[in-house]
Amino acid sequence: MAARYVVAPAAEIPPGARKVVEAGQGRRIVVFNLGGEFFALLDRCPHQGGRLSEGKLCGLVESDEPGVFRYGRKGEILRCPWHQWEFDIRTGRSWHDPDRTRVRAFPARVERGAALREGPYVVETFPVRVEDDYVVVEA
Amino acid sequence: MPRPRAIDCDLHPAVTGFAALAPHLEPYWRDSVEDRGMEALESASYPPNAPITARADWRPAGGRAGATLAQLRTEALDRFGADIGILNCLFPVQLPFSEDMSAAFARALNDWVRAEWLDRDPRLRASIVLPMASPEHAVEEIERLAPDRRFVQGMILAMGEVPAGRRTFWPVYAALERHGLPLAIHAGSAYRHPVTSVGWPSWYLEDYAAHQQGFQSTLASLVTEGVFAKFPGLRVVLLESGVSWLPPFLWRLTKTWKGVRFEVPWVDRPPAEIVRDHVRLTVQPFDAPDDPDLVRRLLDHLRSDELLLWASDWPHWQFDGDAVAPPGLPADLLPRIMVDNPLATYARLREEGVPS
Repeated sequence: MAARYVVAPAAEIPPGARKVVEAGQGRRIVVFNLGGEFFALLDRCPHQGGRLSEGKLCGLVESDEPGVFRYGRKGEILRCPWHQWEFDIRTGRSWHDPDRTRVRAFPARVERGAALREGPYVVETFPVRVEDDYVVVEA
Repeated sequence: MPRPRAIDCDLHPAVTGFAALAPHLEPYWRDSVEDRGMEALESASYPPNAPITARADWRPAGGRAGATLAQLRTEALDRFGADIGILNCLFPVQLPFSEDMSAAFARALNDWVRAEWLDRDPRLRASIVLPMASPEHAVEEIERLAPDRRFVQGMILAMGEVPAGRRTFWPVYAALERHGLPLAIHAGSAYRHPVTSVGWPSWYLEDYAAHQQGFQSTLASLVTEGVFAKFPGLRVVLLESGVSWLPPFLWRLTKTWKGVRFEVPWVDRPPAEIVRDHVRLTVQPFDAPDDPDLVRRLLDHLRSDELLLWASDWPHWQFDGDAVAPPGLPADLLPRIMVDNPLATYARLREEGVPS
């Protein structure tokens, strides 16, 4: 069963930012704030292990016919820094092979410190205060 | 329609010179050729005496290899048991820099093929040789000849003036798709550029081997420019391209696509899949060692039984004796290559009745 990790005070990851956290068993997880929504991915590209946290966040470009660029979802597509494979930060799925090539995604959300006191949560390295918000990852 | 025994997809009737084409040239061009003292066009791709240009036993004393219907019948059609043969004439109408001259020569060439070959043996079909120096002329030639169902595809050379996928050529591909004609791409160059991307080679060996690079670049252009996205019904047939280079090239193309596909978002699935769905290749030459195990592994890498088309490449010297099938091809694959795949590729070969 997944443990719930309190990975950071929400204020530490403003919109557009990211943060790498340790979530047990030596796992590195990268947490993104996309306009107030949080998403968490294993910080390891399924291709050759590149650190996705060091990749660029881009928009998604698709096309209905040659010469037509349909562009949107700015900031939601993560490119691995090693080979530029694209991953959807909402799902972890790669663009080019979404069913078989995907990075593990973890549920992430914001909880009030007061709720966290009720456990069971794993808090790694910082104190939790009841009046603050925290990013929680199930991993 | 009875099932043919075999369909030979790459036969090369030779034009002996402008004297042979003269009856099919328009008067202005007929006189112009004479005024200029032009006797023939010879491309560096197939110099007359180069070994590859014609097998020794297909070089008649005092004549030219591949020049007569009798030669075609005895040396290829009858000998190898083909009930249908597709003529891909390589008389290099692509060489003149004048668009008008090139198109006039192409018209004469296609009319010569029709009158001297198609009309004289019901087994024969042919490519419409396309004057690609001008896409408008190429479209006109398709429209002129497509009603004759014996023309089963349009043909260009692997190396033209600009990469074949560019949109300037799309009216040509639209016309081919509309008429159910595949685009055939034959080894060869219009010699607008060196045949290698690093400059002019010194030797014929380099030139001939370099055509593989030309095929790769042309194929990459068709895929990345989105020709198959725009014209999903278009089929491409690579003629005399060799086969063994294809899997590793597709590995590279597909691998790299994964990291830069956002540049070409219309390439919305792996290039290797697109090529497998749209592209076919003739089996002479095959360019593999004779070891059947290696050939089998290579075929596994193609990941499809549908890609290969039977061809003797007559009268080019790709094999000796009757060994049309490249060594090591599994026997159970031969019926597909010889009949099923060509029929699947060429809609016009599936039509009932004698075409006219």
